Amino acid sequence: MMLENYVFYLFALVTIVSAFIVVFSKNIVHSAVALFFTLFSVSGFYVLLRADFIALTQILVYIGGILVLIIFGIMLTNKVTGAELKTRNLHFIPSVVVTGIITGMIIFLLLSTDWNPVKDPFSPNSTIKQIGFKLLGDYLLPFEIASVILLVALIGSAMYARKK
Amino acid sequence: MFDYLTSLLGDLNIIAYFIVPVPALLFVSIFTLFAVLAERKISAYMQDRYGPNRTGKGILQTVADMAKLIQKEFISPSHADRWLFELAPFIVFASVFMGYAVIPFATVYVGTDLNLGLFYFFAITSLSVIGILIAGWASHNKYTLIGAMRSAAQIVSYEIPAVLSALTVVMFAGTLSMQSIVVAQSGGIHNWYVFGGPGDVSRILMIPFMAASCLIFFIATLAETNRTPFDIPEGESEIVAGFNLEYSGMKFAFFFFAEYSQMFAVAAVLSTLFLGGWQSPFGNLIPVLNTPLFQIFWFLLKGLLIVYVQMWLRWTLPRLRVDQLMTMCWKYLIPITLIIVLIVGFYLVIR
Repeated sequence: MMLENYVFYLFALVTIVSAFIVVFSKNIVHSAVALFFTLFSVSGFYVLLRADFIALTQILVYIGGILVLIIFGIMLTNKVTGAELKTRNLHFIPSVVVTGIITGMIIFLLLSTDWNPVKDPFSPNSTIKQIGFKLLGDYLLPFEIASVILLVALIGSAMYARKK
Repeated sequence: MFDYLTSLLGDLNIIAYFIVPVPALLFVSIFTLFAVLAERKISAYMQDRYGPNRTGKGILQTVADMAKLIQKEFISPSHADRWLFELAPFIVFASVFMGYAVIPFATVYVGTDLNLGLFYFFAITSLSVIGILIAGWASHNKYTLIGAMRSAAQIVSYEIPAVLSALTVVMFAGTLSMQSIVVAQSGGIHNWYVFGGPGDVSRILMIPFMAASCLIFFIATLAETNRTPFDIPEGESEIVAGFNLEYSGMKFAFFFFAEYSQMFAVAAVLSTLFLGGWQSPFGNLIPVLNTPLFQIFWFLLKGLLIVYVQMWLRWTLPRLRVDQLMTMCWKYLIPITLIIVLIVGFYLVIR
């Protein structure tokens, strides 16, 4: 379908441009706001891949949770406590090594994947039922362990935040 | 509606994508105009005043106000962050309006009946927090920043009891699709989820828990729309007007527009979840009351009644303090909803 192609290119453009702003902006709040557009258009890709549950989880967790936390952190440190925020390059060589390895891995994945077109691109089936059965059936133990780890992190951060 | 339009338009079905949101947008605009007027008239009635009664007997007061706001010069503060300042009102309104995509007005009119409709609604309306934070920060004003911080903390906190109380209905219905939740409540007023939903006689046991769940959903969404008694983000006596202090003209109107749209959106979700959505309260006794036009009538009637209660509370209750607000959410509402979720789970297993 033609419209889907146009929507894909639109999302791709928004993702790339806003990701560049995230990296190169001197103002850290501009970076955070650009990250909003990056994350949102990535969730658009998930919709086009028919992973509806992952798309919405991306919005709820990354934008509604993590990005709000990032913006909160920036604003509280910058404007309320008056601490100065710096955006400059630190640890040049280690970061080049790490990003180089990650880029290599992504390129390897791109080249080694067998890019078959989706067999039934308009299947109306929702993914949530299967995800639910998998999470609370086959993968119950990893799911529960992950939630216990999150609970421990929650209690730990509450402990640190308490006044001594 | 979308399927009908695509069958009508054939090859030009791209147009359908642009037509489907139009009725919702028109409804939101007209609703805002009259809700502002209703708010003033209701507040006047409750405080023993007249309210607006000059411009066309008062009915055209908000139309005149709108005309004034459109003509007004848009002033942006010299220290404001230009781009973000311009962007914020649109993010707030867009995120609220995107929520309307899954609200079922009737069997024939729902933007899209997603399998994950309710999840989509909560995810997409949570984006308005970003817009509010940007507005508060970009204005470069201490009051707007404090207002934005208060608003964001409040919205993020009260999302938890709202989602948990909606979860009780999802557990009963076994689906997240808004249209299916409404269809599950067919057959009359006794089958609405506020009264325990359809089922055998044992559901009488569930009535107090589901009614409490409905009430908590109402309280939590009231806090998410930043309305009294939870309007500390704009507490005039403390921080002037909150995050939208520096905005003027149409940009300010957009925040207003977003607030009233969200009021109806949460009222619509409440009526969908607990009050049967577009179902007639008489069930199949009078079949003519189940035709699409009457469905829209019932849906709007329920939604507008809830909006009326929101306004009623605004003009009769004082404002909570910040610490009372957080205590209420984290120490009362969240534990109560967790217990209700547990009880509903037990009931569904042993039923």
